[in-house]
Amino acid sequence: MTAFNINDLWTILPELFLLGATCAILLIDLFIKPTQRDITHWLSLVAVAVTGWLVCCSAPADGQGISAFNGMFLRDGVATVLKVFVLLTTGLVFLYSRGYLRERKLFVGEFYLLLLFATLGMMLLVSAGNLVTIYLGLELLTLSSYALVALNRDSSVSSEAAIKYFVLGALASGLLLYGMSMIYGATGTLDLAKIHAVADFAGSSPHRTLLVFGLVFLVVGVAFKLGAAPFHMWLPDVYQGAPTAVTLFIGSASKLAAFGMTWRLLDGAMGGMHAHWTLMLSVLAVLSLAVGNIFAIAQTNLKRMLAYSTISHIGFMLLGFVNGSSAGYAAAMFYMISYSLMAAVAFGMIMLLARAGFEAEEIDDFKGLNQRNPWYAGVMAIAMFSLAGVPPLFGFFAKLMVLKSVIDAGQMWLAIVAVVFAIVGLYYYLRVVKVMYFDAPQDDTPLALPPDRSFRWVLSVNGLALLFLGVAWGPLLDWCNRALSVVDIAK
Amino acid sequence: MPVSHLLSLLIWLPILGAIAVLAFGRQPGVARWLSVLVAIATFVCSIPLWTGYLPSVPGMQFVENIAWIGALKANYALGVDGISIALIVLTAFTSVLVIIGSWGPIDKRVSQYMAAMLVLEGLLIGVFAATDALLFYVFFEGMLIPMFIIIGIWGGPRRVYATLKFFIYTFLGSIFMLVGLIYLHMKTGEFSLAAFSHASLSAKEQAWLFFAFLIAFAIKVPMWPVHTWLPDAHVEAPTGGSVILAAIMLKVGGYGFIRFSLPITPDASQEYAWVVIAMSLIAIVYIGYVALVQEDMKKLIAYSSIAHMGFVTLGIFISLALVRANVNPLGARLGLQGAMVQMISHGFISGAMFSCIGVLYDRLHTRMIKDYGGVANVMPWFAAFAVFFAMANCGLPGTSGFVGEFMVILAAFQDSPLIAAVAAFTLIIGAAYTLWLVKRVIFGEVGNDKVAKMQDLDAREWIVLGAFAIGVLAVGVYPKPLTDLMEPAVLQLVQQLGMARA
Repeated sequence: MTAFNINDLWTILPELFLLGATCAILLIDLFIKPTQRDITHWLSLVAVAVTGWLVCCSAPADGQGISAFNGMFLRDGVATVLKVFVLLTTGLVFLYSRGYLRERKLFVGEFYLLLLFATLGMMLLVSAGNLVTIYLGLELLTLSSYALVALNRDSSVSSEAAIKYFVLGALASGLLLYGMSMIYGATGTLDLAKIHAVADFAGSSPHRTLLVFGLVFLVVGVAFKLGAAPFHMWLPDVYQGAPTAVTLFIGSASKLAAFGMTWRLLDGAMGGMHAHWTLMLSVLAVLSLAVGNIFAIAQTNLKRMLAYSTISHIGFMLLGFVNGSSAGYAAAMFYMISYSLMAAVAFGMIMLLARAGFEAEEIDDFKGLNQRNPWYAGVMAIAMFSLAGVPPLFGFFAKLMVLKSVIDAGQMWLAIVAVVFAIVGLYYYLRVVKVMYFDAPQDDTPLALPPDRSFRWVLSVNGLALLFLGVAWGPLLDWCNRALSVVDIAK
Repeated sequence: MPVSHLLSLLIWLPILGAIAVLAFGRQPGVARWLSVLVAIATFVCSIPLWTGYLPSVPGMQFVENIAWIGALKANYALGVDGISIALIVLTAFTSVLVIIGSWGPIDKRVSQYMAAMLVLEGLLIGVFAATDALLFYVFFEGMLIPMFIIIGIWGGPRRVYATLKFFIYTFLGSIFMLVGLIYLHMKTGEFSLAAFSHASLSAKEQAWLFFAFLIAFAIKVPMWPVHTWLPDAHVEAPTGGSVILAAIMLKVGGYGFIRFSLPITPDASQEYAWVVIAMSLIAIVYIGYVALVQEDMKKLIAYSSIAHMGFVTLGIFISLALVRANVNPLGARLGLQGAMVQMISHGFISGAMFSCIGVLYDRLHTRMIKDYGGVANVMPWFAAFAVFFAMANCGLPGTSGFVGEFMVILAAFQDSPLIAAVAAFTLIIGAAYTLWLVKRVIFGEVGNDKVAKMQDLDAREWIVLGAFAIGVLAVGVYPKPLTDLMEPAVLQLVQQLGMARA
């Protein structure tokens, strides 16, 4: 054990700043009047933006990593990429939700604080170098999320969703912890890199059974958190029951963090058992693709449909892991980033259409949107075509990279399964476009847009970004590839 | 020397024009004029492609190559040979007529319709110009989106069913091609078509790839038995949508066979050529009979399109049999040339036939044959055009319909007189269903009071049908400029086919 190193504090400066800012916002929020809540809003955005700037400007060079606190905390390329996008999507959540929350009398300081703490948890999670830090980050994220889902205390649907989320989430955490304890038992260390180095995966190893069991529990715990079938039961209820602002957060930012956790645990610690977990993940992936895509067809509630679509996208992302190479993980990370940006547009559109007392979460609420407001119908159409994976939109290229990594791994049958379900998935995305463009509107009045200009502008930019990234996705892909080609970690 | 970046200009001019139409086209009049100007400008820009093409220089011309995705070695690579040039000029030409043709009939959300048409035009030109497989795929799939919108918004009563079927069916085909392309990328490390055609592939790999391509392009052409989306899409689409669909989009399938199946998987193509030839013959004969019994004019022409496209696939694959089994490169050239001429000619004829039906539909709002009769009595000019195009559809010598079919049958005869005989059967069936249609709609007594009140062509319709008629006649009477244009590309392809790869 080495002594406390003051430089370690510099390494976690972005996290420290976010923590300090969150505490400050907590105090400031106590002393301002409810009518001045906009201050909290802008302060939170500034906090997120500054944290993002700190993450970027102190990022280690390509292929380098910094380790702090005896390997508890890592700053490598993956952490940087994921943090940037976690902070970006969190910022989008803040920008999109203000009017929505205000109309529902949910425009309270708690929303901002819980979200900031959850963000801190995610930043910790994607930087974790130790089983303890993983668990710490994860719990900070999920406990905040449980509370966020229940934000609308008067709604029984919300409370039910929160209870479900909490019970199943606690179960998953328990499974994860159990798996971690087995792995600790077999290897005698909690450090991910050391587990990777020490663990004896050979068939003759006396710890083999323990390790395999530990791995199974880890995979199950991760699958719960990701929402991969058959551990997806909580996801549709939570998506539908939570206030849309919270659904947006769970569907975008926290999926990025879940990817980071999956990668750290499976490749970082258990990389030596690659042959075992790729098999488990391919089963999970195929099941998720099947369940997600087929059940989504039957949904009439847009939020629920998007929940099932999330399950299918998680399945697609897991396919990237099957390759077991850095190119495969880069493809999976690229996929997750694209998904979070697309989900942000879709849920943002639901909030754009929502008014006081009207949730706009049924697919039929989008009827005839093209006649009422062609611009936002176009934005939503871009998001839907992108989610479906139609070129030249961003979603297609994310699918392309994952498919490529699967085919490179020689798993042709998995690629075929994936594309067959992509065709199934196409139908329900097209149905939303159909409703917006081909159906007559329920009321002919032009769409009443929310007064919040920043929301409208950013949502439009977010939608156009899917088109733009469909043309210029090379730099982002290169960034993901570079992030995963880490060679050495400086202590 | 040709203008640099001419191909990029041709792709992006209509797409940027579409954005301008959306932005400034709140007034229908502005949208109409703006879009027609953009379309004409694109057509004018496509002429230097033809005049600046140097037949003596082998390979692709007007080449542009910009690195796109470094990690995949995918490039924004464009280039054309004679085959692509003919199709690009046809696309630009037809788009102008389609946009002029929809000035009157489209009266709701005009700017969106015009914008969708222009985007479609740009993407179609992109398909014919791309020499990078990933870029090709992006254009190939991207064009589904505007067509989906065109059929879905401005289509007939069952438009939603038809457009969803169209989108999902075509997507289904092409996504397997995507898997094939990624596989080829794995083998070669890049996405350029030139690299793909030099990849060393075993017979088994070629067979898989061949079928992946076959599904994609057979659905696009469409070939029997995956043609069922086409009648639905055609019947429900607005006139302009039908014209673009028949005249250009179906050609993408034939073009795909020539650009992908033949050069990349020549051995498998030869081995399974009989499958495609059989499917083509079934399309020619069986679909011809199906067309005979249709009561809906648009459906009839849709089925006739499938039958005529059968000649394209027959010509392409018979040439393979000729060059490989019979060592008859001259016959192979004839077959490929015939297929290409048939593609261009069918572009003119089907576009014209659908425009004719559009003219009738705009007046009576029905496509049923029984609602018409004796149109010649009230619309003599229209009748003259319609009969002329019907003759071209039957393959009357002197029209473009004759040239392509004759060349393909001639080539088929050199391989097997039986195939030629079956294919030639179309001349009878084609004449039967087309002339019977003409008899019931154009000639005879005036069918009913509504028909009696119909007005003859206005100036706008004159321009559209007149331009198509000039195209049909020009290719029919003097096809040499067209065949000369495509000759070097066909020659190169025949040489390529002569060399076994596996």
